[in-house]
Amino acid sequence: MMRAFRTLVLRDTRLAIRVGGGAGMAVFFFLTVIAIVPLGIGPNLKLLAAIAPGMLWVALLLSALLTLDRLFQADYEDGSLDLLMTGALPLELVAAAKALSHWLTTGLPLVVAAPLLGLLLNLDTSAFGPLILAMLVGTPALSFLGSIGAALTVSVRRGGLLASLLVIPFYIPVLIFGVGAAGGGGVAVVPGAGSQSLLLLGAVALVSVVLGPVASAAALRANLR
Amino acid sequence: MAGMSELTASQRFQAFANPARFMALSERLLPFCAGLTAVLIAVGLYLALLDSPPDYQQGETVRIMYIHVPSAWLSMFGYMVMAAASATALIFRHPLADIAAKSAAPIGAAFTFLALVTGSLWGRPMWGTWWVWDARLTSMLILFFLYLGYMALWATIEEPVRAGRAAAVLALVGSINVPIIHYSVVWWNTLHQPASVFRIGGPAIATSMLMPLLVMALGFTLFFVTLLLVRMRAEILRRRVRVLRLARTER
Amino acid sequence: MQGFLEMGGYAAFIWPAYGLAFVVMIGLVVQSVGDFRAQRRLAGELDAGRAARPRAPARSTGPDA
Repeated sequence: MMRAFRTLVLRDTRLAIRVGGGAGMAVFFFLTVIAIVPLGIGPNLKLLAAIAPGMLWVALLLSALLTLDRLFQADYEDGSLDLLMTGALPLELVAAAKALSHWLTTGLPLVVAAPLLGLLLNLDTSAFGPLILAMLVGTPALSFLGSIGAALTVSVRRGGLLASLLVIPFYIPVLIFGVGAAGGGGVAVVPGAGSQSLLLLGAVALVSVVLGPVASAAALRANLR
Repeated sequence: MAGMSELTASQRFQAFANPARFMALSERLLPFCAGLTAVLIAVGLYLALLDSPPDYQQGETVRIMYIHVPSAWLSMFGYMVMAAASATALIFRHPLADIAAKSAAPIGAAFTFLALVTGSLWGRPMWGTWWVWDARLTSMLILFFLYLGYMALWATIEEPVRAGRAAAVLALVGSINVPIIHYSVVWWNTLHQPASVFRIGGPAIATSMLMPLLVMALGFTLFFVTLLLVRMRAEILRRRVRVLRLARTER
Repeated sequence: MQGFLEMGGYAAFIWPAYGLAFVVMIGLVVQSVGDFRAQRRLAGELDAGRAARPRAPARSTGPDA
């Protein structure tokens, strides 16, 4: 079973890297959103530095949402999903494998890009460490929670926007604790709030790793039977 | 319903699963529910607008509370009904359960919307701004999004049984997330005044204000139940229409 | 009466609140009852059609549920 899991992860990862570069587009979108922020609110460096952690997280969220509909759609359309559902690997693990692959090909590249984009917003280099750590802990939650939205809308053509709308409320705790762990949102004023939010972020991520695959499998079964 | 007392609980449960029985039962219940709703709301309005005193600090604006607080309660009640119905649909496969969930959503969403707008109208004279990002209002806004997403999912998937199961999954995921979301919002912001009615030591507001509040809350709840029955009846008929139309073209 | 309508100067907030509640709730009732009546009429028409011609040939109009 572990071998089947690993095979699925590798297959999806290879597909994502090869076909149309979903990862590249997400990072490009991330860059675009961050780049237009100063165009919108002015180049005041102090203001930009103040909003940098929050803005980076919001843009990260939106970029992660972009590639959600690739999670199950392609396999649904060519029938591979039916095969996977009747295969040896439990559907929950199938969903988990796909979410993991999504994190590897979308989440991780976004995390790598984030500090560099932070420079555009005058993010202090001392904040890089907390930001990267927070995003490393938080992006799996984005992938696993996002898979629920993708699974719910798998039978809907062009269901990407609906999937995003369904998933954004679930992203809010990740956002709140993620920004807190990155040192933004006023946590510098309250001692210990940064590490507390990192722990809470970790808790949310753990819940999502369990809830995501279970709910996604249920949603897939609802849509495909 | 002769002989119902001889059936086991699960058989009685199954009996209500029959749409025809539900239609008959709800038809008998409706006038009673509607009448009770009207009476309660009328009494509540009288108490709220005419028979209760203005607040020492807030003046007459406290009267908005008699709409805002019951609406907020009903918005949460609505989601709980949706979640319970969804769980029943997924676990027990009760055929009326996902109809109940679908019917409850717009009513709950309407109350959420009312709570948000009346909250805003209440807050403006008190806090000076139309919107304040405090824990309660923010959580209510997110709840509104959850409702809208749920309704959007129902509207997007055509086949009713499939839509019902997917929506049920969404409602359950939502209800698991609501405490997490709420906690994160509270953590994020601690501005709003503490809940002044259901506190451990008893209600903290005067009886003269508690009565209109409770009567209105009860009236709104009966309103919810009445409309839920109406909408469920409409949905049962809608599915029948769909089946009839499909059968017609298959010959 | 004047004092009642003015609500201590807060009329601009209180009456829209009650007014909106009235509009939303009545609107919900109208939409719900209207929808029920429409479905009941449709179901009645379809049932009558079936009773009149139980072996009617397939119609060309497709379903639009």
